[in-house]
Amino acid sequence: MEPNSGTSVQAIDESSLKTGAQIIVDTLLEQGVDTMFGYPGGVVLPLFDKLYDAPIRFINPRHEQGGCHMADGYARASGKVGVVVTTSGPGACNLTTGLATAMMDSVPMVALTGQVRTELIGNDAFQEADTTGITRPITKYNCIVKRVEDLARTIREAFYIASTGRPGPVLVDLPVDVQVAKCRADVSAEMDLPGYRVRTKGNARQVSIAAAAINNSERPVLYVGGGVITANASEELRQLAEKSHLPVTTTLLGLGSFDQRKPESLDMLGMHGAAYANYAVQECDLLIAVGARFDDRVTAKLKTFAPNAKIIHIDIDPASISKNVRVDIPVVGDAKLILTELLAQVEFRERKPWFKKIADWKKKYPFSYDRQAATIKPQYVIEELCRQTASDAIIATGVGQNQMWAVQFYRFIKARQLISSGGLGTMGFGLPAAIGAQVARPDATVIDIDGDSSFNMTMTELATAVQYNLPIKVCILNNGYMGMVRQWQELFYNKRYSHSFLSNPDYATVARAIGSAGITVDKKADVPGAIKEMLGQKQPCVVDFRVEREENVWPMVPAGKSLDEMDGLDILERLI
Amino acid sequence: MKHIISALVENKPGVLAHVAGMFAARAFNIDSLAVGRTEDPNLSRMTIVVVGDDRILEQVRKQLAKIVPVVKVQDFAGQPVVARDLMLITISAPAEKRPEILSLIEMFKGKVVDIGQRFVMVEVSGPEEKIEAFIDVCKPYGIKNVARTGTIAMPRQAKTEP
Repeated sequence: MEPNSGTSVQAIDESSLKTGAQIIVDTLLEQGVDTMFGYPGGVVLPLFDKLYDAPIRFINPRHEQGGCHMADGYARASGKVGVVVTTSGPGACNLTTGLATAMMDSVPMVALTGQVRTELIGNDAFQEADTTGITRPITKYNCIVKRVEDLARTIREAFYIASTGRPGPVLVDLPVDVQVAKCRADVSAEMDLPGYRVRTKGNARQVSIAAAAINNSERPVLYVGGGVITANASEELRQLAEKSHLPVTTTLLGLGSFDQRKPESLDMLGMHGAAYANYAVQECDLLIAVGARFDDRVTAKLKTFAPNAKIIHIDIDPASISKNVRVDIPVVGDAKLILTELLAQVEFRERKPWFKKIADWKKKYPFSYDRQAATIKPQYVIEELCRQTASDAIIATGVGQNQMWAVQFYRFIKARQLISSGGLGTMGFGLPAAIGAQVARPDATVIDIDGDSSFNMTMTELATAVQYNLPIKVCILNNGYMGMVRQWQELFYNKRYSHSFLSNPDYATVARAIGSAGITVDKKADVPGAIKEMLGQKQPCVVDFRVEREENVWPMVPAGKSLDEMDGLDILERLI
Repeated sequence: MKHIISALVENKPGVLAHVAGMFAARAFNIDSLAVGRTEDPNLSRMTIVVVGDDRILEQVRKQLAKIVPVVKVQDFAGQPVVARDLMLITISAPAEKRPEILSLIEMFKGKVVDIGQRFVMVEVSGPEEKIEAFIDVCKPYGIKNVARTGTIAMPRQAKTEP
């Protein structure tokens, strides 16, 4: 469209003006959006009308929460911004769990929500909710657009904010009258964000101090979080660990940033992390945190966390630094850039006694379970999955025991391979997130390792996978309990299993009714065959593994204890 | 310790809610919060008085700066500032007490802004301690209402007070 500065508005041919909805779609395309998730409704119909002809792949979930998790899974698997669109009121409210999940795990997402006409706002109109008010604490940024002239700029800003710095979800609320309003063509759409600055380059002096600390350390540990994956810095991490000879432990979200098959890998640390990772952190003299935030599930008792260590913290979010743990050497910036600069300044050190000690811990306390058991142990299912997929699948998880076993027994080897709700711990995340990941990576094997109770929460989305022919696989570790709740009740509430079991349907039958394949496995001997059959499916497939009902996740750092005060080590030792 | 935080924010709807919500969500205590426009119509200044140790204040500053429409954050702790509150206070003032009350008002450089048969409304401004002191001396007469702006502040440019 021609700029028409100097022309009076009356003189413009009305039909040549774009509507707000068209501007939204054009700006989405300009931002490179080719896939969206969402659910239509009254006040977002003008936008949906434009989406009808747009070259954008659209996935309709069965529930907006599912759509939001799909956009999240899509973003985590692809590194691109996930986009979800819903109507006002209930549609927007149903996004909240998904937005909070993405916020906690720093996932880039743009949510577009319809809103009632601007003149009705505040009048308790039909399907009105104060969407920006409700979502303010669970988004990186949100706003309502009340003038069609502000639309293009605001959507650009939304993508920029969502995807830069520490990423996160951004919500743009779109009153229906703004979607249908016509816009003058000469409106500037330049971003205008005076309060938003991202520091990417690390302070050179701080980097040198960090490098010197690494070179001088006898017992260093790299503690790596999801930020390394966000920054696409896995390769730099590998080089640093090799060049300087550093053991690497990761958080849940950091899994995949470092090949777990490598000798430097200490696997995951934390409440249900590897004993050898937790011991190493407690005994290290230098902890190098990269893109991690010292979450309570990682640190356990803060006062005694890494008591002998000097701490380097590399993070793009200044507010993460010294939030929970006092940091000695902060370096604010992009992990990829900072690791690259560190690489140039670090030297190889053998650290023989330290690696020997770590090797001993690894030998003494590996993750383990009773391999001789006659029942199906959930850990066995995961080990077998890992073996048959050669560590090459994208794994989504539910939350709870299923999630912990998945990350203890699957070996992750590359970034964006694990899609799991870490910070918020959102049950029901696995299935829709797997769908989003499969949309992003159509050729990958995508497996949702789920619990029966997590699966119950969002299993309606199986119909979405069927509708779009997304061949996701779902492995339900079905113990008939909310497993982690039951474990806590067993350990801390005297086995009083208060409301922690549900009467479940026959999942294979349900799956088949929805149009997916469904398999039930209740014999240990059938596990490998069922997994093979599942992996051979070209359609969605649900496998219901009837696992040992009261298996526990070990080791475990009970609440209030130090990271090295783990329960269950005796059990693990017996099982080696 | 009390800190005076000054935040320059975009003059947009929702910013105050965002800032106030962040304080509530992160369990930081706000002693007072004053907002007003600046010389630039696109920007407002929030002056927030926060109580906390250095560690909490560091987080307050960082979390404030992280809010997208917050443009600049300053903590005035440890530097000379001019900090002022403005108060409107209505005091019981029967005829026989008025001379005393008026002389108190004069001592505090207050201004009578409304007067009735049994009350006076007074405007007082100054550092917080002065305002508190004035409230204390008025208590015996009976305070009917108090409205305060909360502290606003600016760093001193000159080395000495005029």
